[in-house]
Amino acid sequence: MLGYFIRRVLVLIPVSLAVSMVIFSIIHLIPGDPIDNLLKIGAGPEQREIMTARYGLDKPLAVQYWIWLSGVLQGDLGTAIVARRPVADLIAQALPHSLALGLCALAFSTFFGIVLGTIAALNRDRWPDQLIMTVVLLGSTVPGFWLGLLLILVFSVWLGMFPVSGARDWSAMVLPVLTVGLGGTALVARVTRVAMVEAGQRDFLMLLHAKGMRPARIQLRHVLRHALIPVVTILSLRIGWILGGAVTVEVVFARPGLGTLLIKSLNQHDYPVVQACLLILAMAVMLGTLAGDLIQAAMDPRVRAAL
Amino acid sequence: MLLSVKNLSVGIGTLTLLESVSFDLAKGEIMGLVGESGSGKSLTALALTGLLPLIGGRVTAGSLEFDGTDLATLPKRKLRALRGRRIAFITQNPMTALDPVQRIGPQVDFVSRTHLGLDRKEARARTIELLTQLRIPQADTICSAYPHQLSGGMKQRIVIAMALAGNPDLIVADEPTTALDVTVQAQIIHLLTRLVRERGLALVLITHDMGVVAQACDKVAVLYAGRLAEQKPVHALFASPQHPYSAALIDCIPREGMAPGSLTGIPGNVASATAYPAGCRFHPRCPRAGAGCDTKVPVQRGLSDAGTVACHYPLNGALDV
Repeated sequence: MLGYFIRRVLVLIPVSLAVSMVIFSIIHLIPGDPIDNLLKIGAGPEQREIMTARYGLDKPLAVQYWIWLSGVLQGDLGTAIVARRPVADLIAQALPHSLALGLCALAFSTFFGIVLGTIAALNRDRWPDQLIMTVVLLGSTVPGFWLGLLLILVFSVWLGMFPVSGARDWSAMVLPVLTVGLGGTALVARVTRVAMVEAGQRDFLMLLHAKGMRPARIQLRHVLRHALIPVVTILSLRIGWILGGAVTVEVVFARPGLGTLLIKSLNQHDYPVVQACLLILAMAVMLGTLAGDLIQAAMDPRVRAAL
Repeated sequence: MLLSVKNLSVGIGTLTLLESVSFDLAKGEIMGLVGESGSGKSLTALALTGLLPLIGGRVTAGSLEFDGTDLATLPKRKLRALRGRRIAFITQNPMTALDPVQRIGPQVDFVSRTHLGLDRKEARARTIELLTQLRIPQADTICSAYPHQLSGGMKQRIVIAMALAGNPDLIVADEPTTALDVTVQAQIIHLLTRLVRERGLALVLITHDMGVVAQACDKVAVLYAGRLAEQKPVHALFASPQHPYSAALIDCIPREGMAPGSLTGIPGNVASATAYPAGCRFHPRCPRAGAGCDTKVPVQRGLSDAGTVACHYPLNGALDV
């Protein structure tokens, strides 16, 4: 088990390297560069050259990557070209907002997804199932940014219950969490329902009935227990996704999170910031998957035995 | 009489899969329930344990009297209180019978905690005692093992331990050895019969292995296509089978000194429940079929050797009518 964990963590190193290379190359493929944002209107080509050299953008891409990587390995994420502040500061400011939103949305969709999925599975093909599955289908097809705008219109503009945007206090969190969380809820509910139905056909349930166990206990202690194993897999894929997937939602609600920072930096071609943001999102996806695999091993002795 | 099944019929949807089956079982007796796949053996087991609703089935006629109460009309809650306590069920395949993500100990403990009101420690002590009685080595270590760490024979012993944990009066075992190695089969059958004798339990042993019947049972009921063909004490069945189907089943047992290639099967297949033949359901495969077999349903008739047979042309003519 410990050996497995160490192997998995070690694998993260080459994967992160590969991801950082891909990110680095792709960003530089985008037309335009950060110098455009720094030069005053009417500045001549000499000035552009000076600026380009100052930020090392005149060097070959491989050399730029090496400079950046050696900085990162020493804990230095570099300095933002346009924002002119250490990238670490920008990230440190934005990350807590994204983490708070992501974790709340994850908790929200985990709880309500499992509850709704379970209710649907227990009432399979009857009206509660049909109702839940219809709502869930809608929920999983509506894009987050559109749902966000709709929620703002209803709850902020018409009803005035929550602020339209920002991140002043908890009330500003409600609508973004709902926006990100509802899509996840739909996904988790669907997976839970299918997994419950599938687990409900397992042979060993017969013996539980034969032992005189109450059906409710069989469903909750045994069927749901088994159904949660695939649900954890789905959730672990969402841990990373929820940080990255909230990008558009953060913009809609003007939350000063990682997503907003990323979009802004992209528009300004602020390479060091974009790189750092994307690398963090990639790490979140990888760590989420790792966490999911570990939880799965904790939940299923057969998986543990196979490690 | 501990168990008295009278004219039991079981249906799923509009199909009647078990029709008018009757038998009695006293304490300390082992009854074999034999027949090919699809003959209704497992349905009988589910009816006896009140588990028919799990497969969408129900008792459509007849009664199942267990110690004076009719299981067919007993409310669910009361059935559940009997199940695992007075009526234990040993399921078909030990490989998939246990919850793979729960340790062995709690799975067995559940029975005595629920039905005998033992607390956690008492239940565990009882579990370890039972496992030891079933000759499971290092019972306390096994309690903290997961099912995938045990062999098939060991798992079946665990299932038997669960069955015994509630101090039952009746055990229904549905092909308890089919999924096991031949050597382990013999051990498990031996173990079951010893337990039944020692504790004075009643056992309904469902099998399609006539060898197991000869070795373990006191009496036997032969099912064919959802109907009872013949039932009688085991020695009488082997000595003088009346129903051509019973005789054919006995002929399928390999014997010492048989010429190679002389072992025969029964020609044809069990009829599908959606297309049972009229009259006696065995007649299309029966060597003795004659006038009336394809139109009249044979009734159960008493035999001089304490059994009954449902056949128009029984083999040895020992009818007591």
